[in-house]
Amino acid sequence: GGMAAAALLLLLLAAARPGPGRADAGRERRDALREELLLSPLPTGDVAATFQFRTRWDADLQRGAVSHYRLFPKALGRLVAALGVRELHLALTQGFWRTRYWGQPPLQAPAGAELWVWFQPTVTDVDKAWKELSNILSGIFCASLNFIDSTNTVIPTASFKPLGLANGTDHHLLRYAVLPREVVCTENLTPWKKLLPCGSKAGLAVLLKAERLFHSSYHSQAVHIRPICRDASCLALSWELRQTLTVVFDFFSSGQGKKDWSLFKMFSRTLTDTCPLASQSKVYVDISPKNKEKELLEVSPPPTSVHEAIVQGDKKTYAVYDLLSPSLFNTSRSLNVQLKWKRPQDSSEMPIPTLHAQRYVGGYGLQTGEICTLIYNTHPYRAFPVILLETVPWYLRLYVHTLAIITKGKENKPSYIHYQPAQDRRRPHLLEMLIQLPANSVTKITIQFERALLKWTEYPPDPNHGFYVGSSVLSALVPSVTAMKDVDVEQSPLFTSLFPSSDGSSYFVRLYTEPLLVNLPTPDFSMPYNVICLTCTVVAVCYGSFYNLLTRTFHVEEPSRGGLAKRLANVIRKFRGVPPL
Amino acid sequence: VCTSRFWFNYRHVANTLSVYRSVKRLGIPDSHIVLMLADDMACNPRNPKPATVFSHKNMELNVYGDDVEVDYRSYEVTVENFLRVLTGRIPPSTPRSKRLLSDDRSNILIYMTGHGGNGFLKFQDSEEITNVELADAFEQMWQKRRYNELLFIIDTCQGASMYERFYSPNIMALASSQVGEDSLSHQPDLGIGVHLMDRYTFYVLEFLEEIHPASQTNMNDLFQVCPKSLCVSTPGHRTDLFQRDPQNVLITDFFGSVRKVEITAAALSLDRDVVGLESKFPEEELATEPLKYAEQLPVAQIIHQKPKQKDWHPPGGFILGLWALIIMVFFKTYGIKHMKHVF
Repeated sequence: GGMAAAALLLLLLAAARPGPGRADAGRERRDALREELLLSPLPTGDVAATFQFRTRWDADLQRGAVSHYRLFPKALGRLVAALGVRELHLALTQGFWRTRYWGQPPLQAPAGAELWVWFQPTVTDVDKAWKELSNILSGIFCASLNFIDSTNTVIPTASFKPLGLANGTDHHLLRYAVLPREVVCTENLTPWKKLLPCGSKAGLAVLLKAERLFHSSYHSQAVHIRPICRDASCLALSWELRQTLTVVFDFFSSGQGKKDWSLFKMFSRTLTDTCPLASQSKVYVDISPKNKEKELLEVSPPPTSVHEAIVQGDKKTYAVYDLLSPSLFNTSRSLNVQLKWKRPQDSSEMPIPTLHAQRYVGGYGLQTGEICTLIYNTHPYRAFPVILLETVPWYLRLYVHTLAIITKGKENKPSYIHYQPAQDRRRPHLLEMLIQLPANSVTKITIQFERALLKWTEYPPDPNHGFYVGSSVLSALVPSVTAMKDVDVEQSPLFTSLFPSSDGSSYFVRLYTEPLLVNLPTPDFSMPYNVICLTCTVVAVCYGSFYNLLTRTFHVEEPSRGGLAKRLANVIRKFRGVPPL
Repeated sequence: VCTSRFWFNYRHVANTLSVYRSVKRLGIPDSHIVLMLADDMACNPRNPKPATVFSHKNMELNVYGDDVEVDYRSYEVTVENFLRVLTGRIPPSTPRSKRLLSDDRSNILIYMTGHGGNGFLKFQDSEEITNVELADAFEQMWQKRRYNELLFIIDTCQGASMYERFYSPNIMALASSQVGEDSLSHQPDLGIGVHLMDRYTFYVLEFLEEIHPASQTNMNDLFQVCPKSLCVSTPGHRTDLFQRDPQNVLITDFFGSVRKVEITAAALSLDRDVVGLESKFPEEELATEPLKYAEQLPVAQIIHQKPKQKDWHPPGGFILGLWALIIMVFFKTYGIKHMKHVF
């Protein structure tokens, strides 16, 4: 009886919603998920794996109250709407991408935590919104982003132009901060995985196991939110959330394994099924031949297709595994992509990237020092400009009159310099320069600094570890080897469409240098205790004695009759007849 | 709360994570746990097995796991932040996961580990919290009705001194050693190179592994957990402030979160209007001309960018004072009546 009533009620309910039901079926879903994994062997024998998960939502988060979130995570959607964020880029990185040996990165991030945000022009108090944003993000990602305040935030004027749609770029709406001391571990990966529509249960995200990902020489996870064109006519905008994770496994160069690799060896998992919410799920393996030779590598199982694209100015070939195609899982339940090297690669022919940089601290002692940056342009005949952005904390006092830029022995005057000096405990140094790099040259930029002595409460609990200086950022338009054609963003793989390209003759790249670790003169932290003891002793002895001398009066005292012992002795002496004491 | 920094204090992080793991296993969700770890051991460069924290050499139990949420990390673990979390006096921009959102019906379990002494607990080798401060914080919590019952467990040297000064009702406290005794660590692992856990927490973890959400074990069993033969130090406990008899207090009252679920077969009818809300999207206005992406490196625009003129401020106090001094000296030297010769 009860079951029949329940069934009848359900039928009534199903019949009672004709209008929304029909509209629901007719209207297309407004959000879509694409996931992608790019595996590229690096020249040194390591393997770089880049995961990209892109959720695109054809709705305007800023206008109109959106209340129904399907694929786009609600935490980030409400953040964007409430704080008036136009673009958000947050990256948490452990390790350093060695551009010189590994080539240009698809997307690099500096060591530690990096956050840069463009706000909408409607935001009146940008600093207040920035502070709230960093606190909310620190709660979502379990990172200490609440340490971002005015002492490590800068407003770049020429770098970090918006990556999404923008009408006008007033740089006062931009904020950039980097925390080089930030540690990245499983507690940052877990909330990142929870933002994915399928979590880590289906699709490409099943490969993301923390024990393998952190046993690597470079691990970077990032979240990018930006508005993009909805279609080719670009009259409406959609919001795009990209979650990227780049990891470099160094089994070969650290001597733990052979150069052949497979998904199981890298991640200790294989791909078994696709995320049902994804409209596209692909694995790309870079099989570009070097020096126009026949293929050196062999991938198994055979790919579903081969894709050629011009990435970072160079023609590259990729073997594509489309996880949504039914033929892939016909033979076996799981997909384990393997790559074997057919013949050993000569180590002498390591390609050198066109642009790479290096930074180090020079000098000796704990008083002064020098920051040196070396930028290499290895292109044989083309020169190009590069913007260098340096953020130096206030306790390293830079001497800007010692700034020297030397190329090929001659001084190289930058076309644009923006320098904002630091204010103690309030603002860091900001140095932005647009430098022209001649072909085939090394540019050396040096600036001297003096180390400040902090107040003793300002030192962290481990001051002898040193203090970090965040990585400098190099933004450049590097000339491409092959001209790039304009491709439809929706059809091309995700790793080609992060930076919008304006013309095909050069591609945009953003590099980061190493972070620096400098020692500041550290006081002896036991000294306050010692000083208090010593001062109290001295004061007690001197003042006490002086006080006694001044305030005590002196009386003459009768000699005492003697204690008990003396009296007893006198009694005995009287008996003996001897004079008393 | 783990209060120790540096790699050789690995065991304190392992202690805290073991209790965290047990508490999660027994049903308490992350939103109800505030985990403070003063240093990062799992991804420390000296850890030979990254992203793992082991607690037992033979069991090889990775207490760090895959689903851990650390609310206060690294430099954020300070005495001030700890007391602010307890008393609720937190800056308004703190996210929810970093707050202790308890009320007068909440049972709170506080577990602290680190290095301590007679009457204090050391935070990160640079500051201490004393037993008086802790007792006052608990009294503030009591007066603001922030807890119903509180269980305080501490695993440090001379831990019993930390609960000596409590004076608020409904607090039960356990410590790993008495005043004058040291809490010792369990065993080192030669592969990792440090001691993995402290003895008291090791035996507490073994005890908790046998508890499941429906178990009826009570507090008296927890008091017997580590006798002197195993622990070398004498664990202590304090129940005089607690109103109920420890015999009647279940372990799961503090360590677990048991929810009563009632299953019903009755059907509910939904309001028709609620269902139609999803399809209402505000009509969007399309732009009249196409939007475009910004140029990433607009060289010409950058070179001709004029720097923003700084607002002119009148000179500040020091400069004004200096000029006033110079002018006064000048007039004193030359006298006003000679001014006409100057001009």
